[in-house]
Amino acid sequence: MPVTRGRVAGTMYFRRMPLDPSFVGRSYPPTAPYLVGREKIREFAAAIGALDAAHHDPEAARAAGYPDVVAPPTFPIVVTMAASRQIVEDPALGIDYSRVVHGDQRFSYTRPVVAGDELVCVNTVDEITTRGGHDFVTTRTEVRTAGGEPVVTAWSRLVVRGEG
Amino acid sequence: MEPQRFRVTRADLVRYAGASGDFNPIHWNDRFAREVGLPGVIAHGMLTMALVGRAVTHWAGAPDAVVEYGVRFTRPVVVPDDDDGTVIEVSAVVKEVTGEGLTRLDITATCGGEKILAQARAVVRKS
Repeated sequence: MPVTRGRVAGTMYFRRMPLDPSFVGRSYPPTAPYLVGREKIREFAAAIGALDAAHHDPEAARAAGYPDVVAPPTFPIVVTMAASRQIVEDPALGIDYSRVVHGDQRFSYTRPVVAGDELVCVNTVDEITTRGGHDFVTTRTEVRTAGGEPVVTAWSRLVVRGEG
Repeated sequence: MEPQRFRVTRADLVRYAGASGDFNPIHWNDRFAREVGLPGVIAHGMLTMALVGRAVTHWAGAPDAVVEYGVRFTRPVVVPDDDDGTVIEVSAVVKEVTGEGLTRLDITATCGGEKILAQARAVVRKS
């Protein structure tokens, strides 16, 4: 974490520097492919109480026109949250993850995630602002298949809380 | 969309943590949650978003109906360490049906009478 260091009346203090806005627009190398398992989709759907057959039964999913079980709409966070650690843990950017709160989340879907997808993420820093002592970082994660087919784009706005 | 209620207990948070891979201790460890200034263990924002997404998907009638979906997390959902947990209430109104057959929804989610999401919107292809 970038800090400035000083001394006031004999007391050492640290003041966090605002995040560097020159990171806006920076993209990171594509992540290693994430293979979406049928059981992972079932597990996620069960955890949120989504019991529709298309999330659990491959035959029902195929009958409805999908190649395999279909993930619920927020399932991509499983892949994108892990992928965006590229940004959150970039030492050059210096986010203090212990102070991060999830502010906003948005998804724009080309098609749903289905079991068997191999997903590759490309992360970009979309926005950095500082207000009221807090930093706000918006990450954009474009999710495509390993073959390059677009699937979903996710935006996460993280709030890095200031001290005090 | 008819208002819906979702009960959330500590067991649900554990299950969601495992399924999502989000093991942040504020979602399962009271001691840690209090140390960082929270009243206690809180639900994952993404669990709230998932429950709302489930309600919207079910209402729209197809697993791939949701075209756009976004929320702002405005208030933590505290989940007490008891069998009852807490209850999230979700409702939505249709703002617009576009020429392309897309339906824009404005969503309200509350817990204990307080709004927990802002700017919660979805665009769905209703079947």
